[in-house]
Formats: sequence, C-alpha cells, structure tokens
Amino acid sequence: MENSVWIATLAAAITAGTPILYAALGEILAERAGVLNLGVEGMMLVGAVTGFMVAVRTGNPWLGFLVALLAAGLMAAIFAFLTITLRANQVVTGLALTMFGTGLSGFLGKPYVGIPLPLSFKPVAIPFLADIPLIGPVLFRHDPLVYLTYVLVPLLWYYFYRTRPGLNLRAVGENPAAADALGVNVFALRYIYVIIGGMLAGAGGAFLSLAYAPSWLENMTAGRGWIAVALVIFAVWDPVKALLGSYLFGGVDALTYTLQAATKIAVPSFFLKMLPYILTLVVLIIATRQTLVKHIGAPGALSIPYDREER
Amino acid sequence: MRKGWRFILVLLLALMVAVAAAGCSGQKPAGNSQSGEKPAAGEQAKDEKFKVAFIYVGPVGDAGWTWAHDQGRKYLAEKLPWVDANTYMESVPEGADAERVLTELAEKGNKVIFATSFGYMDYVIKVAEKYPDVVFLHCSGYKTAKNVGTYFGAMEEPRYLSGMVAGKMTQSNILGYVAAHPIPEVIRGINAFTLGARSVNPNVKVKVVWTNTWYDPAAEKQAALRLLDAGADVIAQHQDTPGPQQAAQERGKYGIGYNSDMRQFAPNANLTSPIWNWGPYYVKTVEAVKNGTWKSEDYYGTMKDGIVDLGPFSDKVPQEVRDLVNQKKQEIIDGKFYVFQGPIKDQSGKVRVPEGQKMSHEDVLGFNWFVEGVEGEIPK
Repeated sequence: MENSVWIATLAAAITAGTPILYAALGEILAERAGVLNLGVEGMMLVGAVTGFMVAVRTGNPWLGFLVALLAAGLMAAIFAFLTITLRANQVVTGLALTMFGTGLSGFLGKPYVGIPLPLSFKPVAIPFLADIPLIGPVLFRHDPLVYLTYVLVPLLWYYFYRTRPGLNLRAVGENPAAADALGVNVFALRYIYVIIGGMLAGAGGAFLSLAYAPSWLENMTAGRGWIAVALVIFAVWDPVKALLGSYLFGGVDALTYTLQAATKIAVPSFFLKMLPYILTLVVLIIATRQTLVKHIGAPGALSIPYDREER
Repeated sequence: MRKGWRFILVLLLALMVAVAAAGCSGQKPAGNSQSGEKPAAGEQAKDEKFKVAFIYVGPVGDAGWTWAHDQGRKYLAEKLPWVDANTYMESVPEGADAERVLTELAEKGNKVIFATSFGYMDYVIKVAEKYPDVVFLHCSGYKTAKNVGTYFGAMEEPRYLSGMVAGKMTQSNILGYVAAHPIPEVIRGINAFTLGARSVNPNVKVKVVWTNTWYDPAAEKQAALRLLDAGADVIAQHQDTPGPQQAAQERGKYGIGYNSDMRQFAPNANLTSPIWNWGPYYVKTVEAVKNGTWKSEDYYGTMKDGIVDLGPFSDKVPQEVRDLVNQKKQEIIDGKFYVFQGPIKDQSGKVRVPEGQKMSHEDVLGFNWFVEGVEGEIPK
C-alpha cells in the first residue's frame, strides 16, 4: 500500500504539472521571440471556458480543445497587435490582457457553472509501456493531453536548437535589428509565436476544464498562469527544463497532500508551498552569477518593442 | 498617422479594462430593465427603495460559499419588493481594497451592507465609524459596534449529521476531510463531523488534509485524491468548490459536500451536503433595520432557525440511515441533543469535556484542538 501511495503521488505530480507546462511552453515561445506576455492567466481562463462551453454543447472534448486553442490564440492576437504593431508597453498590456481574460471568461461562463461535462478526457493506458513497473503507472496512464506534452517538449527543443526557423526565432528575440538585416520578417515572426504561445496557454486552461477538474468555475486557474510565467525564468527559456520544472512544481503540490494524508510527517504546508518560488529565486541567482555575460539566457530583446526606424 | 494609432490603442485598452470590470465586479446597474422603465426614470424610482448591498470574497459562480450568500441576496430581493438588493461586489480581496469598496457602497446610499467574509472585519469596523447611519453586518467575525453586527450559524449541527451518514456508508472506516485553513471554524466542523461519524461507527478515523486555500478547484481535487489513495472511501470537505466531490466521483467513492447541495457535480458520489441558507436571516435583518428595531448583536443561528441545514440525500443513502439522521436532526432542533456535549476526548485520549457537561459557546467558537478519531495535525 505504501508503494502505491508514492506512485500515485508521482503520477499526480505530472497531472498537476501539465497545465503549467502547457502555459510555460507557450510563454517560452513568445519570450524567445522577444515578447513578454503577462496575459497567460487570462488566456488560460479564456481557453478553459471556451473549451468547456464547446465540449458541453457538442459532447466532443477534442472539439472543445480545438476551440480553446483558437480562442486563446485570438486573445494573443489582440495582444500582438497592441504590442508589436502599436508598440504598446508589454507589461501593462499583458496585465490588461489578464484582467480582460478573467472578466470575459467569468462573463461567458456564468451559465455553465455547475454543468457536468458529458464526456471529458479520460486516462488511457498505453499498451506495454503502462505495464513497466514504476515508470508505467507514473508516466503512461494519463489522458491524451498529457501525452501530447511528451511529444511537444522534445519537438520544441529540436525546433529551437536544431532547425533554421528555430534559429530565426531566437535571433528575433536576441537581436531583432540584426535578424531584420538578414531578411527575417521580425513582425511576422513575433505575431506567429505570440499567437502560438497563446494557443498553448489556452491548451493549459482547457486541460484544467476538460481533463483535470472537468468543470467550469470562475477563475479556476487560481494563479497557475503566473506560476507558468515564473517557471519560464526558472527553466531559463528551455522547454526541457520547463518540463522538469513544472513536474517539480506539480510534485510539491502532490507531496504536500500525500505527506498529510498518508504519513505522520508534519511538514508545514506553507513551507512546501513556497519551495518552488524559492527555487526560482535560487536558480535566478545562480544563473546571473554564472553567466553575467550571457544575461542568464534571457532573450536580449525581451519586452523591447521593435521599431525599424530606430535601428 | 502615429496619433491615429495611439488613439486606437487607448480605445482598445479602455475597452479591455471596461469588459474586465464588467465581468469582475458584477455590479448590476440600478435600472430594472424587465419593467421597461427608462434607465433615468428607473434610477429615480430606485432612490426611494431601501438599498442593501453585499460584498463577496469569491465569484458568485463558485458554486459554494459566495454562491450560497448570493442565493440569500436573491431571496431577499424576491421576498421584500421594497428592497433594492441589486448591488453586489464579487471577488473583493480581504485587504485594503475592502475598505475602499465598503466606503463606496456606504457613500452610494446603501442602508444595510452585508460583508460576507471573515477578513473584512477590521475594515468594516473602520468604515462603520465614519457612516453611523449605515448598518453593517459582518459574517463570521467577532467585532461589533453600535452599527455593526455579526452573524454566523451553527454549521456543526448539520456537519454532525453528515458525519453520521459518512460513518454509516464507509467500508474502510477511513474518512477523508479536505480542509481549507486551520482556524476554529474549520476545526469545529472537523470535530463535529468526527463525533457524528463515531456516534454510529466507533471504529471510524478521519484523516485531515489542509490545502491552505478556500478556492482552488484543482488543488482541492488533488488533496481529495491523495486521501482516497491513503484508503479513505468517503470524502468530506470544508472548501468552497466541488473539486473534492469530483475526486470521489472519479474513483467511484462517496463524498459529502458543503455550502450548497452539490449532488449535480458528482451525482454518483455525493451523499448529502451541510448547507447554508442565508435568505431568511437577510430578510429578517433588513426588516428589523427598516422598522428601527435592529440592535447590534452577535447572531449565531442554528438549524432550528433554518440558517444551516443538511441538504437533500442522494438515492445512495438507504432509508434506514436517513431515518437515523432525521431522528437526530429532530433531537437537535428540539434542543434535546447538543453536538459538543460530554464525554469528549481529545486526540491523546484525554477527557476534555466530562460526561454531562456541554462546551461553552466561547470554547466552541475558539476550538483549537481535535477530538479523538481525527488523524492530522493543526499547524501552529
């Protein structure tokens, strides 16, 4: 029995980490392109509510997931227009986007509070892999949206570091003027990655409302979007580290409850709750000391609007 | 050209903030659109009505605490047609913001203001000093003033009854309890639940997990899942969302809800829920203020007054259990049974309330220890 409790905790770390992971991957894309989008929480909520609405109406969670991507992508497009074309302050616009998303999702979702979802994403055990002791139950008995991140993370890593478009993306975030001089369309690329980033945030929200806690409640993300923003720094803009980081964040959550429910170890839960943030601080400190030259790996042009005339 | 862009930008941002504000605060316009009045005329007509306002800590869509208060507000508006109860402020943080919101509501001519969360306490007292003609009612606090009353209810009574249901329905004799914050209100509920469960099944243990949040559906569900992993087969909760009920549903186990009837969220799992029923109290209080008979008091309503109750049973609860619980309910209402009457032992087995004695109201309000049968710690 003891063993099964710990396996369940590890599995729970992955489930709890997945919504944060989606949002963090999205934010990494946007920030890699040099755009700081603090509207993650708002985009997640819009994704969660629209996905839920469509899934309830059609009975098809995949369709809901798709609409969540589109709706959150639309939110990100508004943000992109404001910050890339109009060169508005990214921090302020991002905060406005979060407020907008919180309000909009609450407004749209009013009639859907308390409605059960006819068909939600259910865990699917992957044949053979799920039977491997320890690894199987921890990694391969989740719902499809979790498996999707297993594919997404290495794909993104490969894209960033091993492909030419990935190089262009990083160039746009590091030194847009140089990228522009090389014939890269800075504006178009920033638009594309901000919008895809928003779609991923929407996916994180939809995971919450369609798989994790299949229901809609106002403000149900409860700050996960902000954790994702912090996680991006923790992960030094690397998708693989973002995966590890979000499982760590999720694991701390799961561990807090397991320690209370299954053991007599009394660890103050406030202490555990603050752990991820302390870790973020520590990573930041280490990273800044080690690579003062390399700017902790933060994209050089992060949060600076690009203006061709100021080249 | 640049100026034009600026203008669009400002316009867009303003629009976003406006929509956010409309969605967030939920403050309803004063005009009553159904009656077909013009807004201006409606505004004037409303001025003659008796204005009552509410501030909530969560969104009315939380399906829990705030939702229950909002049902009370609607009940008030329906029962007393001379009352304008259209003003409510959602998701007001328990900090300096509360003072601003309270001042605003008092300034707008509300005669009675209900502040429905513990953390508003000091701000209510502060604002009430400046507006002696407005009556403030603060839920679950302990500070009163000439124009500030407090109100709360004996949730321990229905909690005890729900514990009986859980004690009868469990197979593993382990009950899980997802609890928000280690404060006397929550500890009181856990103790009442445990006493109720052990009154029908002395072998029952209640495992407690603290989430340190009132409102996070995913975290609450997660906490419940860990309790189920640890062997619990009935999940009770002192949380504001149905997350724990959904966990029970997912695992094919039972759940006891809270705040409002939660059967719709987990039809196969939810057995019943201790519920709040604020409406009658709101009606009574507003009437008293209007008639000038209201006096500041610490109101602590009971099941007899109807402010708390045990919600409907699901069809999973057998008739025999229902009869047992209903009989106890009648005893409580008739004053023949008191939840915290001796003998009550604490976790170490020491007798805290001797046979034949009752805990005083003050002791019950200040509960800081667990009764025998609770597994868990109160963080210090």
